[in-house]
Amino acid sequence: MPGTSERPCRIALTDDGPLLVPGPVEVTLPDGTVAVSTRCVVALCTCRRSAIYPWCDTSHRRRACHAEEGGSP
Amino acid sequence: MTPLTPPAPAPPLPRGPLSSAVVTALTSGHTAGLPSPEAVTRTDPYGDDLQLALYSLYEQHYWGFAGVDPRREWDPCLLELRATLEDRFMGALRRDVGGDGRPVHGSVREALDALLVEPVRDDGTSVSHYLQRHGELRQLRDYAALRSLYHLKEADPHAWVIPRLRGRAKAGMVAVAYDEFGAGRAEDIHAVLFAELMADLGLNTTYGHYLDAAPAEALATVNLMSLFGLHRVWRGALVGHFASVEVTSSPDSRRLAQAMRRTGAGPAAERFYTEHVEADAVHEQLVRREVIGGLLADEPDVESDVVFGIEATGELDRRLATLLLTTWRQDRSVLRTSPEAPPLS
Repeated sequence: MPGTSERPCRIALTDDGPLLVPGPVEVTLPDGTVAVSTRCVVALCTCRRSAIYPWCDTSHRRRACHAEEGGSP
Repeated sequence: MTPLTPPAPAPPLPRGPLSSAVVTALTSGHTAGLPSPEAVTRTDPYGDDLQLALYSLYEQHYWGFAGVDPRREWDPCLLELRATLEDRFMGALRRDVGGDGRPVHGSVREALDALLVEPVRDDGTSVSHYLQRHGELRQLRDYAALRSLYHLKEADPHAWVIPRLRGRAKAGMVAVAYDEFGAGRAEDIHAVLFAELMADLGLNTTYGHYLDAAPAEALATVNLMSLFGLHRVWRGALVGHFASVEVTSSPDSRRLAQAMRRTGAGPAAERFYTEHVEADAVHEQLVRREVIGGLLADEPDVESDVVFGIEATGELDRRLATLLLTTWRQDRSVLRTSPEAPPLS
Protein backbone atom coordinates (compact mmCIF):
# COMPACT_ATOMS: atom_id res chain seq x y z
CA MET A 1 0.00 0.00 0.00
CA PRO A 2 1.16 3.54 -0.62
CA GLY A 3 2.28 5.51 2.39
CA THR A 4 3.94 2.59 4.10
CA SER A 5 7.36 4.17 3.77
CA GLU A 6 8.60 5.95 6.85
CA ARG A 7 9.75 8.86 4.71
CA PRO A 8 7.21 11.02 2.89
CA CYS A 9 7.16 10.85 -0.90
CA ARG A 10 9.26 13.77 -2.17
CA ILE A 11 7.58 15.58 -5.07
CA ALA A 12 8.87 18.71 -6.82
CA LEU A 13 6.70 21.24 -8.61
CA THR A 14 8.68 22.96 -11.34
CA ASP A 15 7.85 26.56 -12.11
CA ASP A 16 7.33 26.03 -15.82
CA GLY A 17 6.85 22.36 -16.48
CA PRO A 18 6.14 18.94 -15.04
CA LEU A 19 5.69 17.56 -11.57
CA LEU A 20 8.72 15.46 -10.61
CA VAL A 21 7.84 12.38 -8.60
CA PRO A 22 9.97 9.44 -7.51
CA GLY A 23 9.20 6.30 -9.47
CA PRO A 24 8.10 3.71 -10.10
CA VAL A 25 4.56 5.04 -10.38
CA GLU A 26 1.16 3.95 -11.61
CA VAL A 27 -1.04 6.77 -12.87
CA THR A 28 -4.77 6.18 -13.26
CA LEU A 29 -6.16 8.29 -16.08
CA PRO A 30 -9.71 9.71 -16.16
CA ASP A 31 -10.87 6.88 -18.44
CA GLY A 32 -9.63 4.30 -15.95
CA THR A 33 -6.58 3.19 -17.89
CA VAL A 34 -3.36 2.89 -15.90
CA ALA A 35 -0.02 4.20 -17.12
CA VAL A 36 3.11 2.77 -15.51
CA SER A 37 6.61 4.25 -15.37
CA THR A 38 9.52 2.52 -13.68
CA ARG A 39 11.99 5.43 -13.90
CA CYS A 40 13.63 6.48 -10.65
CA VAL A 41 12.26 9.98 -11.30
CA VAL A 42 9.13 10.51 -13.36
CA ALA A 43 8.07 13.83 -14.95
CA LEU A 44 4.27 14.16 -14.93
CA CYS A 45 2.82 16.56 -17.49
CA THR A 46 0.88 19.47 -15.98
CA CYS A 47 0.30 21.55 -19.13
CA ARG A 48 -1.78 18.80 -20.81
CA ARG A 49 -0.06 19.42 -24.13
CA SER A 50 2.14 16.32 -23.99
CA ALA A 51 1.81 13.79 -26.79
CA ILE A 52 2.80 11.07 -24.31
CA TYR A 53 0.49 12.19 -21.51
CA PRO A 54 0.63 11.67 -18.51
CA TRP A 55 4.42 11.90 -19.00
CA CYS A 56 6.14 15.18 -19.88
CA ASP A 57 7.53 15.50 -23.43
CA THR A 58 8.68 19.16 -23.05
CA SER A 59 5.64 20.47 -24.97
CA HIS A 60 5.22 23.10 -22.21
CA ARG A 61 8.20 25.01 -23.59
CA ARG A 62 7.82 28.52 -24.85
CA ARG A 63 7.76 28.69 -28.64
CA ALA A 64 9.29 31.45 -30.71
CA CYS A 65 9.60 32.23 -34.41
CA HIS A 66 13.37 32.28 -34.22
CA ALA A 67 15.18 30.23 -31.63
CA GLU A 68 18.31 32.04 -30.54
CA GLU A 69 20.17 28.80 -30.37
CA GLY A 70 19.60 25.15 -30.92
CA GLY A 71 21.76 22.13 -31.37
CA SER A 72 21.43 18.71 -32.83
CA PRO A 73 20.87 15.88 -30.40
CA MET B 1 19.06 -7.82 -28.04
CA THR B 2 21.92 -6.89 -30.37
CA PRO B 3 25.16 -7.68 -28.58
CA LEU B 4 27.75 -4.92 -28.55
CA THR B 5 30.62 -6.56 -30.35
CA PRO B 6 33.85 -6.57 -28.37
CA PRO B 7 35.47 -3.13 -28.34
CA ALA B 8 38.98 -2.08 -29.38
CA PRO B 9 38.60 -1.23 -33.06
CA ALA B 10 41.58 -1.09 -35.41
CA PRO B 11 43.61 2.13 -35.28
CA PRO B 12 42.21 4.73 -37.70
CA LEU B 13 43.67 5.74 -41.05
CA PRO B 14 45.71 8.94 -40.50
CA ARG B 15 44.48 12.19 -42.04
CA GLY B 16 47.69 14.23 -41.88
CA PRO B 17 51.03 14.53 -40.08
CA LEU B 18 49.63 14.88 -36.53
CA SER B 19 47.28 11.92 -36.67
CA SER B 20 49.90 9.90 -38.53
CA ALA B 21 52.49 10.54 -35.80
CA VAL B 22 49.97 9.70 -33.06
CA VAL B 23 48.85 6.43 -34.65
CA THR B 24 52.48 5.44 -35.26
CA ALA B 25 53.44 6.23 -31.66
CA LEU B 26 50.42 4.33 -30.31
CA THR B 27 51.06 1.20 -32.36
CA SER B 28 54.88 1.19 -32.12
CA GLY B 29 55.32 2.54 -28.60
CA HIS B 30 58.04 4.88 -29.90
CA THR B 31 57.26 8.51 -29.17
CA ALA B 32 60.41 10.11 -30.63
CA GLY B 33 58.62 11.22 -33.81
CA LEU B 34 55.77 13.10 -32.13
CA PRO B 35 55.08 16.58 -33.53
CA SER B 36 56.36 19.76 -31.89
CA PRO B 37 54.05 22.38 -30.33
CA GLU B 38 54.87 24.63 -33.33
CA ALA B 39 53.55 21.98 -35.72
CA VAL B 40 50.32 21.84 -33.70
CA THR B 41 49.98 25.63 -33.87
CA ARG B 42 50.10 25.47 -37.67
CA THR B 43 47.23 22.94 -37.82
CA ASP B 44 43.52 23.80 -38.22
CA PRO B 45 42.03 23.32 -34.73
CA TYR B 46 38.75 22.01 -36.19
CA GLY B 47 40.33 20.06 -39.05
CA ASP B 48 40.47 16.33 -39.69
CA ASP B 49 44.13 15.91 -38.75
CA LEU B 50 44.03 17.54 -35.32
CA GLN B 51 40.61 16.17 -34.40
CA LEU B 52 41.58 12.61 -35.34
CA ALA B 53 44.90 12.90 -33.44
CA LEU B 54 43.00 14.06 -30.35
CA TYR B 55 40.29 11.43 -30.80
CA SER B 56 42.92 8.68 -31.04
CA LEU B 57 44.58 9.82 -27.82
CA TYR B 58 41.25 10.05 -25.99
CA GLU B 59 40.25 6.61 -27.22
CA GLN B 60 43.02 5.18 -25.02
CA HIS B 61 40.87 6.19 -22.00
CA TYR B 62 37.88 4.22 -23.31
CA TRP B 63 38.58 0.91 -25.12
CA GLY B 64 41.79 1.76 -26.98
CA PHE B 65 42.69 0.33 -30.36
CA ALA B 66 43.42 -3.27 -31.29
CA GLY B 67 47.14 -3.94 -31.06
CA VAL B 68 47.88 -0.88 -28.90
CA ASP B 69 49.39 -1.49 -25.46
CA PRO B 70 46.81 -0.30 -22.87
CA ARG B 71 49.64 1.35 -20.91
CA ARG B 72 49.89 3.99 -23.67
CA GLU B 73 46.92 5.61 -21.88
CA TRP B 74 49.33 7.18 -19.37
CA ASP B 75 52.40 7.65 -21.58
CA PRO B 76 53.77 11.06 -20.50
CA CYS B 77 54.92 11.99 -24.04
CA LEU B 78 51.46 11.27 -25.45
CA LEU B 79 49.81 13.16 -22.59
CA GLU B 80 52.08 16.13 -23.27
CA LEU B 81 51.09 16.16 -26.93
CA ARG B 82 47.45 15.72 -25.95
CA ALA B 83 47.67 18.83 -23.77
CA THR B 84 49.07 20.84 -26.70
CA LEU B 85 46.26 19.64 -28.98
CA GLU B 86 43.70 20.46 -26.30
CA ASP B 87 45.09 23.98 -25.88
CA ARG B 88 44.81 24.55 -29.63
CA PHE B 89 41.21 23.23 -29.70
CA MET B 90 40.08 25.10 -26.57
CA GLY B 91 41.80 28.29 -27.74
CA ALA B 92 39.80 28.20 -30.96
CA LEU B 93 36.55 27.47 -29.12
CA ARG B 94 37.17 30.27 -26.65
CA ARG B 95 37.62 32.61 -29.61
CA ASP B 96 34.64 31.38 -31.61
CA VAL B 97 32.06 30.93 -28.86
CA GLY B 98 30.33 34.25 -28.46
CA GLY B 99 32.54 37.11 -29.51
CA ASP B 100 35.96 38.43 -28.54
CA GLY B 101 36.51 35.42 -26.36
CA ARG B 102 33.58 36.36 -24.13
CA PRO B 103 30.51 34.17 -23.72
CA VAL B 104 27.22 35.23 -25.33
CA HIS B 105 25.29 34.66 -22.14
CA GLY B 106 26.15 36.23 -18.81
CA SER B 107 24.58 33.51 -16.70
CA VAL B 108 23.65 29.86 -16.82
CA ARG B 109 19.97 30.79 -16.63
CA GLU B 110 20.26 32.95 -19.75
CA ALA B 111 22.24 30.30 -21.62
CA LEU B 112 19.69 27.59 -20.77
CA ASP B 113 16.68 29.82 -21.41
CA ALA B 114 17.94 30.26 -24.97
CA LEU B 115 17.92 26.47 -25.41
CA LEU B 116 14.51 26.07 -23.77
CA VAL B 117 12.68 27.97 -26.50
CA GLU B 118 11.31 25.80 -29.26
CA PRO B 119 11.27 27.22 -32.77
CA VAL B 120 7.74 27.48 -34.17
CA ARG B 121 8.92 26.31 -37.57
CA ASP B 122 11.98 24.84 -39.21
CA ASP B 123 14.45 27.68 -39.72
CA GLY B 124 16.64 25.57 -41.99
CA THR B 125 19.44 25.02 -39.47
CA SER B 126 18.11 22.03 -37.55
CA VAL B 127 19.13 18.48 -38.42
CA SER B 128 16.14 16.92 -36.65
CA HIS B 129 13.65 19.19 -38.45
CA TYR B 130 15.28 18.30 -41.77
CA LEU B 131 15.22 14.56 -41.13
CA GLN B 132 11.66 14.70 -39.80
CA ARG B 133 10.38 16.24 -43.03
CA HIS B 134 12.81 15.24 -45.77
CA GLY B 135 15.05 12.52 -44.35
CA GLU B 136 15.50 9.45 -46.50
CA LEU B 137 16.73 6.13 -45.16
CA ARG B 138 20.22 6.70 -46.57
CA GLN B 139 20.44 10.01 -44.70
CA LEU B 140 19.20 8.45 -41.48
CA ARG B 141 21.84 5.78 -42.01
CA ASP B 142 24.54 8.45 -42.55
CA TYR B 143 23.39 10.25 -39.44
CA ALA B 144 23.34 7.12 -37.26
CA ALA B 145 26.76 5.93 -38.52
CA LEU B 146 28.33 9.25 -37.67
CA ARG B 147 26.51 9.70 -34.37
CA SER B 148 27.50 6.16 -33.34
CA LEU B 149 30.86 7.57 -32.21
CA TYR B 150 28.90 9.59 -29.68
CA HIS B 151 26.04 7.26 -28.77
CA LEU B 152 28.13 4.10 -28.34
CA LYS B 153 29.97 6.07 -25.62
CA GLU B 154 26.71 7.52 -24.31
CA ALA B 155 27.13 8.83 -20.75
CA ASP B 156 30.60 7.27 -20.37
CA PRO B 157 32.68 10.49 -20.19
CA HIS B 158 29.98 12.03 -18.02
CA ALA B 159 30.65 9.37 -15.40
CA TRP B 160 34.15 10.83 -14.94
CA VAL B 161 32.66 13.94 -13.36
CA ILE B 162 30.93 12.04 -10.53
CA PRO B 163 33.90 12.04 -8.08
CA ARG B 164 34.24 15.80 -8.70
CA LEU B 165 30.71 16.57 -7.52
CA ARG B 166 29.07 16.28 -4.15
CA GLY B 167 25.67 16.66 -2.50
CA ARG B 168 22.71 17.42 -4.75
CA ALA B 169 24.89 17.67 -7.85
CA LYS B 170 26.32 14.19 -7.32
CA ALA B 171 22.96 12.59 -6.43
CA GLY B 172 21.29 14.19 -9.47
CA MET B 173 24.09 13.20 -11.84
CA VAL B 174 24.02 9.60 -10.65
CA ALA B 175 20.21 9.45 -10.96
CA VAL B 176 20.53 10.42 -14.65
CA ALA B 177 23.49 8.12 -15.20
CA TYR B 178 21.55 5.20 -13.70
CA ASP B 179 18.88 5.71 -16.36
CA GLU B 180 21.47 6.11 -19.16
CA PHE B 181 23.13 2.87 -18.09
CA GLY B 182 19.90 0.89 -18.17
CA ALA B 183 18.68 1.25 -14.55
CA GLY B 184 20.18 -2.11 -13.64
CA ARG B 185 19.21 -3.87 -16.87
CA ALA B 186 21.99 -4.44 -19.40
CA GLU B 187 19.52 -4.62 -22.28
CA ASP B 188 18.31 -1.08 -21.53
CA ILE B 189 21.73 0.63 -21.57
CA HIS B 190 21.24 3.53 -23.98
CA ALA B 191 24.38 2.64 -25.94
CA VAL B 192 22.84 -0.82 -26.45
CA LEU B 193 19.55 0.72 -27.61
CA PHE B 194 21.57 2.72 -30.12
CA ALA B 195 23.33 -0.41 -31.39
CA GLU B 196 19.86 -1.88 -31.97
CA LEU B 197 18.86 1.23 -33.91
CA MET B 198 21.99 0.77 -36.03
CA ALA B 199 21.10 -2.86 -36.69
CA ASP B 200 17.61 -1.79 -37.86
CA LEU B 201 19.30 0.57 -40.32
CA GLY B 202 21.59 -2.16 -41.60
CA LEU B 203 24.70 -0.60 -40.05
CA ASN B 204 27.66 -2.32 -38.45
CA THR B 205 27.20 -2.10 -34.66
CA THR B 206 30.86 -2.71 -33.81
CA TYR B 207 32.21 -0.04 -31.46
CA GLY B 208 34.32 2.46 -33.40
CA HIS B 209 33.50 0.94 -36.79
CA TYR B 210 32.66 4.31 -38.36
CA LEU B 211 35.66 6.25 -37.06
CA ASP B 212 37.33 6.40 -40.48
CA ALA B 213 34.02 7.47 -42.04
CA ALA B 214 33.37 10.33 -39.61
CA PRO B 215 34.30 13.87 -40.65
CA ALA B 216 36.15 16.24 -38.30
CA GLU B 217 32.92 17.97 -37.30
CA ALA B 218 31.60 14.71 -35.83
CA LEU B 219 34.90 13.88 -34.10
CA ALA B 220 34.97 17.33 -32.50
CA THR B 221 31.62 16.81 -30.74
CA VAL B 222 32.95 13.61 -29.14
CA ASN B 223 36.34 15.15 -28.35
CA LEU B 224 34.64 17.98 -26.50
CA MET B 225 32.89 15.65 -24.07
CA SER B 226 36.03 13.55 -23.60
CA LEU B 227 38.06 16.67 -22.86
CA PHE B 228 35.54 18.06 -20.38
CA GLY B 229 35.11 14.65 -18.76
CA LEU B 230 38.80 13.91 -18.31
CA HIS B 231 39.75 17.22 -16.70
CA ARG B 232 38.61 18.12 -13.20
CA VAL B 233 39.21 21.76 -14.04
CA TRP B 234 36.44 21.49 -16.65
CA ARG B 235 33.83 19.92 -14.32
CA GLY B 236 31.57 22.94 -14.71
CA ALA B 237 31.88 22.79 -18.50
CA LEU B 238 31.12 19.05 -18.49
CA VAL B 239 27.94 19.70 -16.53
CA GLY B 240 27.03 22.53 -18.94
CA HIS B 241 27.68 20.24 -21.90
CA PHE B 242 25.48 17.56 -20.37
CA ALA B 243 22.67 20.03 -19.66
CA SER B 244 22.84 21.27 -23.23
CA VAL B 245 22.52 17.73 -24.61
CA GLU B 246 19.66 16.81 -22.29
CA VAL B 247 17.72 20.05 -22.85
CA THR B 248 17.85 19.80 -26.65
CA SER B 249 17.38 16.05 -26.84
CA SER B 250 13.69 15.54 -26.03
CA PRO B 251 12.16 17.67 -28.83
CA ASP B 252 14.88 16.60 -31.28
CA SER B 253 14.20 12.97 -30.42
CA ARG B 254 10.47 13.44 -31.10
CA ARG B 255 11.29 14.63 -34.63
CA LEU B 256 13.83 11.86 -35.19
CA ALA B 257 11.34 9.23 -33.99
CA GLN B 258 8.91 10.60 -36.60
CA ALA B 259 11.63 10.36 -39.25
CA MET B 260 12.28 6.72 -38.31
CA ARG B 261 8.55 5.95 -38.37
CA ARG B 262 7.95 7.70 -41.70
CA THR B 263 10.81 5.86 -43.42
CA GLY B 264 9.94 2.49 -41.86
CA ALA B 265 13.42 2.27 -40.35
CA GLY B 266 12.31 -0.37 -37.86
CA PRO B 267 11.01 -0.76 -34.30
CA ALA B 268 14.37 -0.46 -32.51
CA ALA B 269 15.30 2.63 -34.52
CA GLU B 270 12.03 4.24 -33.48
CA ARG B 271 12.31 3.04 -29.89
CA PHE B 272 15.70 4.67 -29.34
CA TYR B 273 14.23 8.09 -30.01
CA THR B 274 10.81 7.60 -28.38
CA GLU B 275 12.65 6.45 -25.24
CA HIS B 276 14.70 9.66 -25.34
CA VAL B 277 11.61 11.87 -25.68
CA GLU B 278 10.41 10.68 -22.29
CA ALA B 279 13.75 10.02 -20.57
CA ASP B 280 15.35 13.31 -21.48
CA ALA B 281 12.30 15.33 -20.41
CA VAL B 282 13.16 13.98 -16.94
CA HIS B 283 16.94 14.24 -17.31
CA GLU B 284 16.70 17.85 -18.38
CA GLN B 285 14.88 18.74 -15.15
CA LEU B 286 17.34 16.80 -12.99
CA VAL B 287 20.40 18.28 -14.67
CA ARG B 288 19.12 21.84 -14.48
CA ARG B 289 17.67 21.70 -10.98
CA GLU B 290 19.88 19.26 -9.13
CA VAL B 291 23.19 19.00 -10.99
CA ILE B 292 23.69 22.61 -12.08
CA GLY B 293 21.70 24.03 -9.17
CA GLY B 294 23.66 21.91 -6.70
CA LEU B 295 27.04 22.60 -8.28
CA LEU B 296 26.53 26.36 -8.38
CA ALA B 297 25.25 26.45 -4.81
CA ASP B 298 28.45 24.63 -3.87
CA GLU B 299 30.87 26.37 -6.21
CA PRO B 300 29.46 29.64 -7.58
CA ASP B 301 32.81 30.43 -9.22
CA VAL B 302 32.36 27.77 -11.90
CA GLU B 303 29.26 29.43 -13.41
CA SER B 304 31.23 30.86 -16.34
CA ASP B 305 32.61 27.38 -17.07
CA VAL B 306 29.07 25.96 -17.13
CA VAL B 307 28.10 28.69 -19.61
CA PHE B 308 31.20 27.89 -21.70
CA GLY B 309 30.27 24.20 -21.73
CA ILE B 310 26.78 25.04 -22.98
CA GLU B 311 28.02 27.47 -25.64
CA ALA B 312 30.93 25.30 -26.84
CA THR B 313 28.49 22.39 -27.29
CA GLY B 314 26.17 24.65 -29.29
CA GLU B 315 29.04 25.90 -31.45
CA LEU B 316 30.24 22.39 -32.39
CA ASP B 317 26.66 21.16 -32.92
CA ARG B 318 26.07 24.05 -35.32
CA ARG B 319 29.23 23.22 -37.26
CA LEU B 320 28.13 19.59 -37.57
CA ALA B 321 24.58 20.60 -38.52
CA THR B 322 25.87 22.93 -41.24
CA LEU B 323 27.99 20.15 -42.73
CA LEU B 324 25.14 17.61 -42.61
CA LEU B 325 22.51 19.90 -44.11
CA THR B 326 24.85 21.21 -46.81
CA THR B 327 25.89 17.78 -48.02
CA TRP B 328 22.38 16.34 -47.87
CA ARG B 329 20.94 19.26 -49.83
CA GLN B 330 23.58 18.53 -52.47
CA ASP B 331 22.41 14.91 -52.41
CA ARG B 332 25.79 13.66 -51.21
CA SER B 333 26.78 11.41 -48.32
CA VAL B 334 28.41 13.06 -45.34
CA LEU B 335 30.56 10.01 -44.63
CA ARG B 336 34.19 9.98 -45.75
CA THR B 337 33.76 6.37 -46.78
CA SER B 338 30.38 4.88 -47.65
CA PRO B 339 28.78 2.51 -45.17
CA GLU B 340 27.96 -0.99 -46.24
CA ALA B 341 24.54 -0.22 -47.65
CA PRO B 342 22.40 -3.33 -47.74
CA PRO B 343 19.65 -3.49 -50.37
CA LEU B 344 16.57 -1.79 -49.02
CA SER B 345 13.57 -4.03 -48.68
